[in-house]
Amino acid sequence: MTATILHNLDLFIFLILLLCGYIVGSLSERRHYRSIEARERALLRLAVVTAEGRFDPYQVKDAFLVNGSVVISTDYFKRLLAILRNIFGGRVKAYESLVDRARREAILRMKEQARAGGAQMIVNLRLETATIGRSANRKKQVGSVEAMAYGTAVVIERQ
Amino acid sequence: MILTNVGSVPGKNIVEHFGIVQGSTVRAKHLGRDLMAGLKNLVGGELKGYTELLQDARSEAMQRMSTQAEQMGANAVVNIRFATSSVAQGAAELFAYGTAVRVE
Repeated sequence: MTATILHNLDLFIFLILLLCGYIVGSLSERRHYRSIEARERALLRLAVVTAEGRFDPYQVKDAFLVNGSVVISTDYFKRLLAILRNIFGGRVKAYESLVDRARREAILRMKEQARAGGAQMIVNLRLETATIGRSANRKKQVGSVEAMAYGTAVVIERQ
Repeated sequence: MILTNVGSVPGKNIVEHFGIVQGSTVRAKHLGRDLMAGLKNLVGGELKGYTELLQDARSEAMQRMSTQAEQMGANAVVNIRFATSSVAQGAAELFAYGTAVRVE
């Protein structure tokens, strides 16, 4: 028995990593989605638009730049799924949720910053991605996504 | 210094243009952060070290841009855009650019 395990040590380590990645990865993803949804509900009243708003000069009290960014990586299990997907092509569901989470988290952090500054809305939202993880780890197939959201928060004077 | 990414500062009028200002910084991640990120890669989730790194780099780029605008005599930078490029393995350049203006 011990001999078999020692003989296939590589395989066992791989399977343990896979299982560990699957369990912890899906748990943390579910927890993240729950937190995103709760915070999105709380910040629903803070409007975010991609258009440049036109404001009456007397209405606006203050305007400032806000940004939010996050780097999220996927787990071991999903990375393997994505690599397998590369052979057959098609939708890579494992990465879709990763990118979705990163963008929503970045927007939420930006909104939280705007809320802290007392703003009622954010105009001219832009989304951007950076490449610090990808450029360095191209060989290692690291699936990490860096999302950044920025916009102009506007504080409107209440009449 | 007022910073916005729309064409003007809402609620204020632009009285003078100074042209483009920019700030950039090149950052590399260090080994310790890389190691932690490698471990985190097993289970997924946020890589806090990288998030901080990028956030710091961006605020530094913005700081440099503001300094340049200040030297020109501007009191606001409008139409700010962020961009990134990777100059070398493991290093990223983050830059911010915008138009320096004086508003009233």
